[in-house]
Amino acid sequence: MTPLRLSTLALLLATAAAAPALSADLRIGLQDDADILDPDQSRTFVGRIVYTALCDKLVDITPGLEITPQLATGWTWSDDGKTLTMTLREGVVFHDGTPFDAAAVKANIERSKTLPESRRKSELASVDTVEVTGPFEVALTLSAPDATLMAQLADRAGMMVSPTAAAVGADFGLAPVCSGPFRFVERVQQDRIVLERFADYWNADAIKLDRVTYLPIPDTTVRLANLRSGDLDMIERLAATDVAQASADPNLAVMKIDGLGYQGVTVNIANGDRAATPVGRDARVRQAFSLAIDRAALNQVVFDGVFTPGVQPFPPSSPWFDARNPVPARDVAAAKALLAEAGIDRLAVEVQVANNPVQQNLMQVIQAMVAEAGFDVTLQAKEFATLLADQSAGAYQMSQVGWSGRVDPDGNIHQFATCAGGINDSKFCDPAVDALLNAARVMPDPAARKAQYDAANAILSVQNPIIYLYHQPWIWAMDRKVAGFVPYPDGMIRLEGVTRAE
Amino acid sequence: MLAFIARRLMIAAPTVVLISMLVFGLQKLLPGDPVLAMAGEDRDPAVLEALREQYRLNDPVAVQYATWIAGAAQGDLGVSLRTRQPVADLIAAKAPVTLQLAAMALGFALLIGVPMGVLSAVKQNTWADYLANAVALSGLSVPNFWLGIMLILLVSVNLGWLPASGYVSPSEDFARSMQTMLMPAFVLGTGLAATLMRHTRSAMLGVLRADYVRTARAKGLSERRVILKHALRNALVPVITVSALIFGELLGGAVLTEQIFTIPGFGKLVVDAVFTRDYAVVQGIVLCTAVAFILLNLAADVAQRALNPRLRDAP
Repeated sequence: MTPLRLSTLALLLATAAAAPALSADLRIGLQDDADILDPDQSRTFVGRIVYTALCDKLVDITPGLEITPQLATGWTWSDDGKTLTMTLREGVVFHDGTPFDAAAVKANIERSKTLPESRRKSELASVDTVEVTGPFEVALTLSAPDATLMAQLADRAGMMVSPTAAAVGADFGLAPVCSGPFRFVERVQQDRIVLERFADYWNADAIKLDRVTYLPIPDTTVRLANLRSGDLDMIERLAATDVAQASADPNLAVMKIDGLGYQGVTVNIANGDRAATPVGRDARVRQAFSLAIDRAALNQVVFDGVFTPGVQPFPPSSPWFDARNPVPARDVAAAKALLAEAGIDRLAVEVQVANNPVQQNLMQVIQAMVAEAGFDVTLQAKEFATLLADQSAGAYQMSQVGWSGRVDPDGNIHQFATCAGGINDSKFCDPAVDALLNAARVMPDPAARKAQYDAANAILSVQNPIIYLYHQPWIWAMDRKVAGFVPYPDGMIRLEGVTRAE
Repeated sequence: MLAFIARRLMIAAPTVVLISMLVFGLQKLLPGDPVLAMAGEDRDPAVLEALREQYRLNDPVAVQYATWIAGAAQGDLGVSLRTRQPVADLIAAKAPVTLQLAAMALGFALLIGVPMGVLSAVKQNTWADYLANAVALSGLSVPNFWLGIMLILLVSVNLGWLPASGYVSPSEDFARSMQTMLMPAFVLGTGLAATLMRHTRSAMLGVLRADYVRTARAKGLSERRVILKHALRNALVPVITVSALIFGELLGGAVLTEQIFTIPGFGKLVVDAVFTRDYAVVQGIVLCTAVAFILLNLAADVAQRALNPRLRDAP
């Protein structure tokens, strides 16, 4: 090799070493395909994962569920709790160059409240008017104090879309324009959603990736196989039963955090004729059912010990969890005693369950457990859309379903446990619970709110309209080349600081 | 021939209308509320009612059908209830994918099935015949999803030869497109090859006993010429019919294979649409598939007439 060639080679090597090999593409495997990419219209969980990269919100959350600035840098509440004044970040532009300012915030919140196709109306129901009080300051006037509003603004209701692009109306989602770290490139339904780095992002220094591609791959085994073959860099919702295998792979890293939601068995208490059963009418029978379940064993057998057993709407990691109400040990004798008190020796009950192998497996284990206490469970496996329709219409005795969870505690309990709750399929109704939960909605002080939720949960854990079973964690698996990912309890994939080495 | 095609097309039209009615009607019998499926966790009664109004689900079924079929006749199949994309666009986007997969799978099936069928007929009751039958039987018996996952684990994860899944359009990157389609087409093709092999074998056995083949042999023609030129040509007639039927089925979407290899074709689209009760998409795809199936059958009949002069005068 001549000296010239050698020095060229050295120069090349030096350049390669100096340039951080971080600017890269990240390919993420999602469990489902997202629905329409319009924050005001969309409904899917995976859609929210895409928004994390595409659309900034007024505020965000910390891993500890505290509200933190994003497009709003500060906010204050009026003394009567009915006016929220927000100071906005300056120098922010949407992907189409439209500047972000107070007028844009006003337009966005009004769009969420008035677009006929909007699914955000109930989330922003407490907001009466939005007033532009300065170029970078808005005031939201509420009809009544609303402690849940900040958490709504930390999700889709607080996502800001370009008012210029939103002029197209309901079809905005076919080519969404927001102000997040990545801009929309293309979408092929059921195949991929491609985003690329937005150079004018306000926090551009934190973004180390050039391009992100989301690929929906519903089969968990195939999703993992794609990760192992290098076709994907990261996958969400790794199956609990695959955690051991993925952890043993030297090329992969597995990360896990408790989610915000729960899984349980909803009991039909007053939803039509099918509620007229001992399990629907008598709280002691429901309590017996709950006591007959060994939640720790359930977790070991069905979920390889990866999940978290639970008896509350909040997981133990949540600041709203009531430590005085831990998961009780299984007590078959006590369950039998409760049934005897209710005048029952053996009781036949029907439980509907989604027709996927994991949930059916779960219910089969429960079926065996409660049989020892005197319950003869018949399982009705239904396709999910049917299960949901039957549950809503009251065509069930017991139903195994769950809830993905919300940042604000209200979202995990109010609509299920209040008499007129929108998804109270049990039709459980107790004025005391209503009073506690309605009051909690308008209390600004978290400690005072928590006391309300604790009191409501104390009633619910006796009445058991929902027999809670466990909390599902979010589990991600990624190539070792991917670094900087921070798990959040909302299951989102935030790309700030995430790198992918070549 | 033209009169024959015209006559067949006239029979096809009412068939299509009947199918469209069946699809529309049966779908309404499905339990599960499309609006609930769409709303997901946001089951606010006001939201549900707004969705019902928006998609005109409160109209009587007959009115809904009339609105849809009137649009469909003009090429407007409505918009997806889930993503708002026009159904016609979705179908136009998926059709090339499914077509490519179907064509490659049928290619594999023909390449494997026909030679194997010929071989086993010619070498009837020898080890070659038994082996071909055994291979065909295993091709039929091995489920696609199992073979697919095993191939992914072996070829992609362990050997790293081919991408595990996904789809690249041939116009974008031809080589890569072929790479991504190779495994799924093979998986689909092996099962179909077995069917084609059995049909080719029985057709060949029938033809090889025919007088004209004996005559050809008596004329002293080489065995190769007798089999390929004289016997196979006639034996292919039923094979073409079967191939057309298979191709029609493939166009409906290879649900499991598409799911495993994450190929964005009709199968995946229609399954997702059924689960989310996206009526507009299901109806659009079934209608298109039905039309394609009918046209393919017609094409097969035309091809048969071209191959076999004796059929030309039949009605």
